Amino acid sequence: MKRNPFKAKKYAVSKIYHAKPMDLERSEERPNVPEGIMTKCPSCGRIIYTKLLLKNFKRCDECGYNFKVSAHERIAMIIDEGEFIEFDAQMTTRDPLQFPGYADKLVKTQAQTGLADSIVTGMGKIEGYPVMIGVMDPAFFMGSMGTTVGEKLTRLFERATKEGMPVIVFTASGGARMQEGIFSLMQMAKVSAAVAKHSQAGLLYITVLTDPTTGGVTASFAMLGDILLAEPGALIGFAGPRVIQQTIGQKLPEGFQRAEFLLEHGFLDRIVPRDQMKYVLATLLKMHSQNRTGKATKEV
Amino acid sequence: MSISAWEKVKLARMPVRPTGLDYIERLFDDFIELHGDRYYSDDKAIVAGLAFFGDMPVTVIAQQKGRNTKENIMRNFSMPHPEGYRKALRLMKQAEKFGRPVICFIDTPGAYCGIGAEERGQGEAIASNLAEMMQLKTPIISIVISEGGSGGALALGVADRVYMLENAIYSILSPEGFASILYKDASKAEQAANDMKLTAQDLLEFGIIDGIIEEPAGGAHNDYNQMAENIRRVLEADLRLLVDTPLDELLDNRYRKFRRI
Repeated sequence: MKRNPFKAKKYAVSKIYHAKPMDLERSEERPNVPEGIMTKCPSCGRIIYTKLLLKNFKRCDECGYNFKVSAHERIAMIIDEGEFIEFDAQMTTRDPLQFPGYADKLVKTQAQTGLADSIVTGMGKIEGYPVMIGVMDPAFFMGSMGTTVGEKLTRLFERATKEGMPVIVFTASGGARMQEGIFSLMQMAKVSAAVAKHSQAGLLYITVLTDPTTGGVTASFAMLGDILLAEPGALIGFAGPRVIQQTIGQKLPEGFQRAEFLLEHGFLDRIVPRDQMKYVLATLLKMHSQNRTGKATKEV
Repeated sequence: MSISAWEKVKLARMPVRPTGLDYIERLFDDFIELHGDRYYSDDKAIVAGLAFFGDMPVTVIAQQKGRNTKENIMRNFSMPHPEGYRKALRLMKQAEKFGRPVICFIDTPGAYCGIGAEERGQGEAIASNLAEMMQLKTPIISIVISEGGSGGALALGVADRVYMLENAIYSILSPEGFASILYKDASKAEQAANDMKLTAQDLLEFGIIDGIIEEPAGGAHNDYNQMAENIRRVLEADLRLLVDTPLDELLDNRYRKFRRI
């Protein structure tokens, strides 16, 4: 008789659930959590039932740690159900430098992640308010920006400008993608130009900085929002902490380059916990959905 | 005779290579340096001010390497802090107000990586320059004279014309940094320099720059005056053309120039 895989998994759940805390402490390798059912918080070590974690916006209910979320998970958290239309889903890079080994690594990463590159862009609604949205995925080449991210974002902003719509971008990126060299660097100028045009048209752009946002992404569209939000604890900076530590040869202060540090230094408008993000974004969209005469600028 | 990418990296970094101030002295008259970003301090890694190019007033902005160790320490090895980029932007906006063209000399290993630079928003400073330069209502010409390193170089590089000197390099990161990230070995910088395609010739072929300014035999350091003359010829031709271009068209062309990359 075929074993019921569902039942087997259920057994594993209860086994882990009853594991004594002492057992967990004994070895670094334990607990041997079955894929996907239980998840260990990398910050406080708490073992969380995955279904509960998903319900809780992938946030540890013990310490508040924000688990990494994929672009599509993020869209599900923010955009009204069934309202997302993706743009340029199949766009990939043409490997402009013909960089050794890059094409193979791309194919492998695409298979692993199911993404064509490190950003998903599209259009949707948040509590009924229409918006163009771009979400970076940290699992794809560390969310780095090459020509595909640059082109997709530029198209998103150009389209939003043409249609008179607000844009929200969730950043999560190690910076410019090394394998595309100078072309990646130039995407910073290209996207910033499209953001500037969108801004000139009097349209709203909100950036939400998530962990981590560094390098060429910080030094371009991430910092150009009318309103800059961040998730608690997100690492945000131009140079990465390791590079700075190597450069200056001294230990970095506690909390350096975290969202709270940026807020204190005046580089963020607000830190928003994940469970409040949709509400805050919807409210901001609502506040910008009318022109000076109080008339709705866009059919809701 | 062609020289390798790595040899160009070494040439571009030679301490005897002419710096921004060497060109300012030779190309312009009555240079008046202006200081400070009006928010925090004056960054000596960027020299900026007003001058005459022929009889045309211009705003000149240069990333400045030191010509010796003492100067290099004062100039922070031409690695600007946010206040350097903010000073540059302040003077660009001033140039816009008075209808003066802007000429930028790019020469930096990269924007500075340090605690103060992060506290004062290095990323925000660079990002603002990219967005503002794209919309600046006056002509901008940028010339990479030696090293164009990363976002720290691009922050003066959003221009109507972008040139590189024949042996200059322009890249996403230093070859050493690149090798340490991608090959996990900083000593493979020579291979990185080759794979990165960072020479003026590569970038012209890619359509990322508008032209290459020829250097005297053996390199710019062999004849400062000749090198300055070669730059003067390019500036003369371009400035006349750009100043006569209607603003709408100028800005449209600038946008399209970066849009197609």
